[in-house]
Amino acid sequence: MTSPATSQATAAARVENLTKTYGMGDAHVRALDDVTLDLMDGEFTAVMGPSGSGKSTLMHCCAALDKGDSGSVFIGDDELTRMGDKALTRLRRDSIGFVFQSFNLVPTLTAEENILLPLSIAGRKPDAEWYDSVIATVGLGDRLTHKPNELSGGQQQRVAVARALVSRPRIVFADEPTGNLDSHSGAEVLQLLRSSVTDHGQTIVMVTHDPVAAAYTDRVVFLQDGKVVDEMRSPTREQILLKMQELTAIEAAAAADVPEPASTGKA
Amino acid sequence: MWKVTWRNLWARKIRLFLSGLAVVLGVAFVAGTFIFTDAMSGSFDKIIEGSTADVEVAFEGANDFDSSQDSRLLPASVVGELRALPGAESVHPNNTLTTVFAIDPDGKVIGGNGPPGLAFGPTDAESITGIKIMAVTDGEYPDAPYEVALDEKTADKAEVEIGDKLEIVTPAEDPVMEVTLTGLVEFGGGTGLNGATLTVFDQKFLQDQFFDGQDGYMSVALNAKDGVTQAELRDQAQAVLPAGATAEAGDDYVEEQKNGLEQIFSFLEYFLLAFAAISLIVGIFMIINTFSILVAQRSRELALLRAMGASRRQVMGSVIVEALAVGIVGSLIGLGAGYLLARGLAVVFGAIGLDLAGASFVLDAEAVAWSLSVGILVTLVAAVVPAMRASRIPPIQALRDDVALPETALHRRVIVAGLLAVLGIAAIVLGFLADSAQALAVVGLGMLSILVAAAMVSPILARPVIWLFGTVYRSLYGMVGRLATQNSMRNPRRTAATASALMIGLAVVGLLSVVASSTTASTEEAVEEQVTSQFIIRNVAGQSPFSTGYAEKAREVPGVAAVAPFRSVFNAKLEGRSAFLGATDPAALAEAMRLPMVAGGLAALGPGQILVGEERAESQNLKVGDKVTLELQGGKQELEVAGMLGIGSALPADVLVTLDTLEKGGPAPLDSLVFITADPGADLDQVFSDLEGIVEENPTVTVSDPEALVDAQKDQINQILYLMYGLLGLAIVIAVLGIISTLWLSVIERTREVGLLRAVGLSRSQLRRMIRLEAVVVAVFGAMLGLLLGIAFGAGLIYALRDQGLTVFAVPWGRLLIFVVLAGLVGVLASLFPAHRAARLDVLKAIATE
Repeated sequence: MTSPATSQATAAARVENLTKTYGMGDAHVRALDDVTLDLMDGEFTAVMGPSGSGKSTLMHCCAALDKGDSGSVFIGDDELTRMGDKALTRLRRDSIGFVFQSFNLVPTLTAEENILLPLSIAGRKPDAEWYDSVIATVGLGDRLTHKPNELSGGQQQRVAVARALVSRPRIVFADEPTGNLDSHSGAEVLQLLRSSVTDHGQTIVMVTHDPVAAAYTDRVVFLQDGKVVDEMRSPTREQILLKMQELTAIEAAAAADVPEPASTGKA
Repeated sequence: MWKVTWRNLWARKIRLFLSGLAVVLGVAFVAGTFIFTDAMSGSFDKIIEGSTADVEVAFEGANDFDSSQDSRLLPASVVGELRALPGAESVHPNNTLTTVFAIDPDGKVIGGNGPPGLAFGPTDAESITGIKIMAVTDGEYPDAPYEVALDEKTADKAEVEIGDKLEIVTPAEDPVMEVTLTGLVEFGGGTGLNGATLTVFDQKFLQDQFFDGQDGYMSVALNAKDGVTQAELRDQAQAVLPAGATAEAGDDYVEEQKNGLEQIFSFLEYFLLAFAAISLIVGIFMIINTFSILVAQRSRELALLRAMGASRRQVMGSVIVEALAVGIVGSLIGLGAGYLLARGLAVVFGAIGLDLAGASFVLDAEAVAWSLSVGILVTLVAAVVPAMRASRIPPIQALRDDVALPETALHRRVIVAGLLAVLGIAAIVLGFLADSAQALAVVGLGMLSILVAAAMVSPILARPVIWLFGTVYRSLYGMVGRLATQNSMRNPRRTAATASALMIGLAVVGLLSVVASSTTASTEEAVEEQVTSQFIIRNVAGQSPFSTGYAEKAREVPGVAAVAPFRSVFNAKLEGRSAFLGATDPAALAEAMRLPMVAGGLAALGPGQILVGEERAESQNLKVGDKVTLELQGGKQELEVAGMLGIGSALPADVLVTLDTLEKGGPAPLDSLVFITADPGADLDQVFSDLEGIVEENPTVTVSDPEALVDAQKDQINQILYLMYGLLGLAIVIAVLGIISTLWLSVIERTREVGLLRAVGLSRSQLRRMIRLEAVVVAVFGAMLGLLLGIAFGAGLIYALRDQGLTVFAVPWGRLLIFVVLAGLVGVLASLFPAHRAARLDVLKAIATE
């Protein structure tokens, strides 16, 4: 679909011919099938697809949490596939931000300490101005000294977002960040992500199956059976919903012929 | 689904393994102690049976196991009468020495260090088991002066063959003599000698050299004619014996000797069992802690069971069944491990002189019963408490995310701990006041109860220590240090319980260290303040008393003003109570040292008089001028109390008599110390080198300045101390396993968090450091608490024993600091495996873990 030559902005992350399979023999599943994709600087990208489409695997590979069987992954100019654990750890610490679906925070640390965790692991001090502005955007106010179990689910996810943003990473990956939240709290978190892209030019990639969430983004990439099958720019909720229904229908038709393969074990 | 099942199984395998390991180690120590002491006393029993004839004749008391040599002899005429007895098939008179040692080519003494250096004349007597008590295996018995036969092991170590010459040390006037080896002998049909050495002399030579040439014998072994019972022969023999001598049936004699030995070994057994108990208590802590964590981790599963209708009883039952299985399997493996441990102990004791090569190591019913019941019961008790807690989880909690186990409130713990501590202190005080064999056990229980109390409140005590560590860690390691501190704070009870295991071991280490250093410091002070003589002749550490010939020769050295020999006897009784008797030349000793006297004077002590220690005088209600009875193996003597020795005397004796009193009492004279005072103005270097010239031939004796006494005692104490440290090592190993299992289980518990930390950029080495730092907090906290308690116990003990000469309370801070550092290293060691596992966790899988 999209090749580096046609894009005007530079890519924050780039995937080239990435293939990844799980299992052997009958349980053999092709999670990613020769995927090539650019994730642009300053863009809010959503990766969507039915369950088992490989969207989580794609994100994990991009985020240096998993490795493909073949193909390459770049964060900026660094190629992940050639890096050892040490370099990958440093990359995750300095260039990547994470927001998981749940369990984002270390329970023994306060909200503030959690936000500063990647920086303090690296032994760096936060940029005071940037830190203040992140804190202001997250809007936790006096709850910064609270432990995670004293915060609501929405507040916890906002702390997680703040943590992902505070080290000014090249790219932030969010894995179903609103999956465990009610719609109101979810909207707050999504608004926070949106504004960090709009106001500060942060690059964010979000995996989701929720059309409402995807509608906050600049670009939606659709995956099916490990392949990028479509993408949309600044789509509406309805457009996304329609596309998802279409993909699910294809899936269902395929499932009628061949029994669904064993679960990949992915959430 | 198979993945989940397999994972659960694997997780369970780990937890079963960890909790089982505690049981295995605890039981191994108990079983090992039983097996070892059984093997040891069994091998001594064999020696006794193999060396006892149908009837044994000797003067009463001469064969007490701890007796010194007896100088009363049965005349040859009595032997003649015994030979004429109608029931006697053969009669074998003999003499025995216990301090004859061969010297190896390097000039070192062979044997010693506890086991005797036995010497006999040749004998053909048969033992009650029907074998020759002593038999020549090669060459022949000596039949001329300066000839010997040796047991094979000793000959081997001396590197001599039949016909070769070697040097031996004896209690004769001229102690070191060169002799020719004529043969090799075997004792009791090859039962082994348990570390003792055996030298055979020609009987005439033995009498000439060591018994002033008297034609007499210390003992006579009789073999009965066929059809004559031991009792019949005994009665016949008794009829011809002089007063004071007795004939004893072989079986009775064996029984008596075994009982005597048992007393000695029961001490060793209790000693080892005390350490087994410490290991077991530490093991209990570990098992309780492990099961608490396991149940906590399974509490969701258990609550789910409850929600599905399982009764409380069923939930508890499932935990108990698991514990029972662990207990049984662990105890059985522990029995096997105990057997190996007993073998290991034999090697250790072999290295310090007690050679048990001939012993047989068997698991008897008693050892099996004790080990199994202790192991299984302990495991059950340890599992019941957390099981009860688990059964109290309301079913509704199964649906929640975090299931917290209901725990006893801390304030209730404090109250119970306070009660325990008060009880413990009371028990210690009572134990010190009472003066019986049980008192020590009461004191021990008191200390244990205080330790348990400390363990109970340690979650509170841990706070300031963890806070301190937190401050240091944070400044050194930043966020990793902060995370480590927070992790150890997360579950203070778990941290404290894990640390408590180490605390108990180190409390004992602290106590022993304080007692040892206080003892040495007290001796040092006493020697410095009291001993004025410039030189002493003493036995080399671990060797026996020596010939009086050296004191005689020292008198001839130019420049020597006074020579004061000091002899000691361990089995004396004063007014019926056992006493630690010393004998000396009072006038010469008064030149050599200023003994603290409460009444009377040392120099004025005359024949027929006795000096009594202040503490003994008080407890036995003795006053100056009282007539007292002193019982030695040779009989009783009436003596007058001439004075009282003050507390803290540098002399190792609590009653002191003149040399004649001791000689009248029976034991053949042997010196254990000789104090030498030089003339004022004498050339001390010259005197010293002259004295050295006297003792140089004999490797068991040395000359030195008095301060060397302190060093010698320090060496001896350290040897015992290191042995005890070694025995405590096992308790420490268990404690380390406890730390490993707690950390490991914590890592399993926090898998998701580990994944998260790794995802946001914590490197593997930072993760390992985090776990390592947490382990160090736990270990150092346990060590510090234990050592502080040990010092407190030590202070109490030294205070209680201040009348026994422990006048100085010394805390070996340097050594204790080393233990704290070692504890830190132990923590690092304990963290290696859990940290390795944590670092290897797959980040993605860890995050996805439920």
